[in-house]
Amino acid sequence: MIALEGIAIHAGAFALNDVTFTVPTGAYGVLMGPTGCGKTTLIEIICGLRKAATGRVLVNDRDVTREPPGNRGVGYVPQDGALFPTLTVREQIGFALRIRRQPSEERVAELAEHLGIAHLLDRKPSGLSGGERQRIALGRALAFRPSILCLDEPLSALDEDTKDDMYKLLLAVQQHERVTALHVTHSHEDADRLADVILRIENGKVIT
Amino acid sequence: MSTTDTHRAGPNWPFWVTIAAVTSAYLALLLGMLLATATYSSPHHLIRALGSREIQYATGLSLSTCTVTALLSLVIAVPVGYLMSRGQFRGKNTLDTLLDVPIVLPPMVIGLCLLILFQTPLGRAIDRVVPFTYTVFGVLLAQFTVGAAFAVRQMRTTFDHLPSRPEDVAMTLGCSRGQAVRLVTLPAAKRGMFSAASVAWARSLGEFGPILVFAGATRMKTEVLPTTVWLELSVGNLEAAIAVSLMMVALAVAVLLAMRALGERP
Repeated sequence: MIALEGIAIHAGAFALNDVTFTVPTGAYGVLMGPTGCGKTTLIEIICGLRKAATGRVLVNDRDVTREPPGNRGVGYVPQDGALFPTLTVREQIGFALRIRRQPSEERVAELAEHLGIAHLLDRKPSGLSGGERQRIALGRALAFRPSILCLDEPLSALDEDTKDDMYKLLLAVQQHERVTALHVTHSHEDADRLADVILRIENGKVIT
Repeated sequence: MSTTDTHRAGPNWPFWVTIAAVTSAYLALLLGMLLATATYSSPHHLIRALGSREIQYATGLSLSTCTVTALLSLVIAVPVGYLMSRGQFRGKNTLDTLLDVPIVLPPMVIGLCLLILFQTPLGRAIDRVVPFTYTVFGVLLAQFTVGAAFAVRQMRTTFDHLPSRPEDVAMTLGCSRGQAVRLVTLPAAKRGMFSAASVAWARSLGEFGPILVFAGATRMKTEVLPTTVWLELSVGNLEAAIAVSLMMVALAVAVLLAMRALGERP
């Protein structure tokens, strides 16, 4: 479960006040809103990469507002994948497990198989397509079995065919990994294809 | 009512001819300078000049101090460059200006400031433990003061060009900020680090003013290659001055080529 309670942010051109919503455990939440309305900022607050002026962030009923990003159990897939440029795909996916000093080989192979990127494991990110990059970013975020998955416009740069494959993959992976997802987008199609719960940012507030 | 647009854009060749002419003029000055120096004396005389014990000592001291300075500069430039690129804090603009001071100050003034720093009670105390004034350590400190400023600038540009998002992702995957920088950002900044060290090395090789004032120009002690050029010129030994100058040109070109080769590698 992801819950925001009374979150307020004032940054640059936009302000969000009293943002309160819940995405129930196991649900696929889609947060919609126009460009520049603060969607990415909310994701960053959930991940712990940015502090809110006020309010609380709850992950599975645990208050993580003051926890550093690495202690929140939140997997993060940024817009362009933000792959690590010097690591191979295998090293990227196994990254979180290596940080935890856990064996990574089996989990990396499992995720690579599931995400259809097993043939890319020894490649580095340069030269990979947008769809491949997103699959790798997804595998990297899921490797340590987080309970929450935050996706920031993961499909915005993909062509129609790749997007269609990704819709199916995202739903399959979410169910297989049993994560609660929050997917930020401005695309109605993303919401129609994926959402169990739709949240909208309108006039500086989040409407369920 | 429709109108016919009779405007025709002018030719582009005057623009390119002007640019080519300006570039050629500047290139002619650079090449003319180097060519005149290279052909002033015979290779035999130049090689004989380079064989002198003093010049060999200066070459050794220059190469070793420049290398130490480049490494020390990198130790400072990586954290400071990171702070200036990624940090948001009050007084950042003032700090930015201060960091550029060694770049804009006249070299002699840097030497004088160092000399005066070591006349203060703290400076004297340091000098008693590690003697800097008029020693090889002074050569290093004078080179480092300027070289590090250039390395910091280079590292800041490097970090500015690296997206911060991968570092954020690494933190969500369980890294502390330090781990994220070490495991994700620094490996991606490797070329920038080499470039920063090279800039510091090349700057240090040509450093003269601060070394002259702070470390002196004592033969077989604090004499580096630029000092040699100055000392040989002052006693009228033009051939030795030219030989050392050409060696420095060759070293500088080698560093530039190495940097360019590394910068163009995909």
